[in-house]
Amino acid sequence: MSKLSIEAVGKLFPARGAAEPTRALTPTTLAIADNDFITILGPSGCGKSTLLRIVAGLETASEGRVLLDGQPVTGPGADRGMVFQSYTLFPWLTIIENIAFGLRERGVSERERLEVARKWAERVGLKGFENHYPKQLSGGMQQRTAIARALANDPKILLLDEPFGALDNQTRALMQEMLLGIWEREQKTVMFVTHDVEEAIFMASRVVVMSARPGRIKADIAVDLPHPRPYTIKTSAAFVALKERLVEEIRVEVVGAH
Amino acid sequence: MKPLQPVTAQARVTYGIGFFVLFVAAWAVATLGGFVPKLFLASPITMVEEGWSLMTKHGFAFDIAITIWRVVGGFILAAALALPLGILMGAYKPVEAFFEPFVSFARYLPASAFIPLLILWAGIGETQKLLVIFIGSFFQLVLMIAVAVGGVRRDLVDAAYTLGSSDGSVVTRVLLPNAAPEIAEILRMVLGWAWTYVIVAELIGSSSGIGHMITDSQALLNTGQIIFGIIIIGLIGLISDFLFKWANQHLFPWAAK
Ligand SMILES: Nc1ncnc2c1ncn2[C@@H]1O[C@H](COP(=O)(O)OP(=O)(O)OP(=O)(O)O)[C@@H](O)[C@H]1O
Ligand SMILES: [Mg+2]
Repeated sequence: MSKLSIEAVGKLFPARGAAEPTRALTPTTLAIADNDFITILGPSGCGKSTLLRIVAGLETASEGRVLLDGQPVTGPGADRGMVFQSYTLFPWLTIIENIAFGLRERGVSERERLEVARKWAERVGLKGFENHYPKQLSGGMQQRTAIARALANDPKILLLDEPFGALDNQTRALMQEMLLGIWEREQKTVMFVTHDVEEAIFMASRVVVMSARPGRIKADIAVDLPHPRPYTIKTSAAFVALKERLVEEIRVEVVGAH
Repeated sequence: MKPLQPVTAQARVTYGIGFFVLFVAAWAVATLGGFVPKLFLASPITMVEEGWSLMTKHGFAFDIAITIWRVVGGFILAAALALPLGILMGAYKPVEAFFEPFVSFARYLPASAFIPLLILWAGIGETQKLLVIFIGSFFQLVLMIAVAVGGVRRDLVDAAYTLGSSDGSVVTRVLLPNAAPEIAEILRMVLGWAWTYVIVAELIGSSSGIGHMITDSQALLNTGQIIFGIIIIGLIGLISDFLFKWANQHLFPWAAK
């Protein structure tokens, strides 16, 4: 049985005033196996965020349903951790308190909370910044914290919506390696949205390509590159071949949308 | 000068004091130089003399204390009720839909126009003074607090939900801490307005307080005392403002610009 099954999930945003209703997502079916790292690749506006938000329970599907471990998703919950593109750390909490936020919601004792939060701060490379406030940190560090905050909750699945979209290339590459390293060690089910082809291949065990709006799945490609994946793999022949194929898939969509 | 270029802390203090000095100097020239008749405007020196005699001979310190008590009492009463209502309105849209139109209407009712009515209802005692301040600040506070609480970033709320927050804890652990610095700022501002209401209330029907002293002095054409009273009000406002700012900076270090 798959970890997460998305069964004919679609989304129609209702009309607002004179505007027509928006079809953001045509009914989409997707099954994600345990410990899979799925990246979702698609042009802007194709419904990637919408799909992820439906899985998170932040948005309700207009049709279809989402099952996590066979249980239908009815609303947001700690079993599906999410990292957003915008910086969503709580500005009034320190880094360590941010990471411990979910544990506190669950009523974990303060000692245990701090222990887990410290461990995660260290794993994402934030040692020494535990007592800083978010505004004192760079964008990359804030996203590290957001990842640690989601993982400290030990969710069944981690959802990431273009988490590195606002970062510069060097930082972005470092963050990709860090997240991949965590995934290789911890074994997590991950759904990662991006519009960067290289990022999609580097991270994924499977790349799902979506068509332009209204989005639907147009290709589902397994990435058989070995693990652990060093950064240098991006220049290997297998990687480049995959990249060429995906770039073409995406290009057709973007051109078609204009 | 470059737009928005900050000044050093030292220059800021020098400039700030500089204007006070200039202001008093212009006042001294106008009065001591004989450009303005003594009857209409006392000189700074007369003002200080009159102030000294008010404090030492007429027990003005007691009036000041009474006025401060009224402002603080009425304001705390208003804040104690406005906080829960404002928070509920900011967090829960049906509550807002229920109260907001009335509160918006009530906030335009001038507190001073209620004074004759309040005298009729509550006499000229302390209750009436507290009520004037209450009416003047309560509705303003409610609306501004509701806006502050409701103005939270949507994605922070989303993040909290995905971390396992319940509806209740989104209010207590996201909406409230998020709005706290702004609420503190609102309290500071509205407290300033409360000062104008108390003086008006004391001008109209009172046997004590700064406003009462000002009406008495007017009957005696003692502009020195009137100005002294006004300056005392300004000074207290300045001090309370300063205390509020200082407290906010220490309570909410994360919000400092
Ligand atoms: N709340 C909403 N109301 C109406 N339309 C919406 C709403 N949210 C999204 N949409 C529309 O749905 C479509 C898909 O949006 P979505 O944010 O899922 O795209 P995306 O693939 O994440 O794009 P991007 O790469 O730019 O983030 C867009 O056309 C958008 O305008
Ligand atoms: Mg998006």
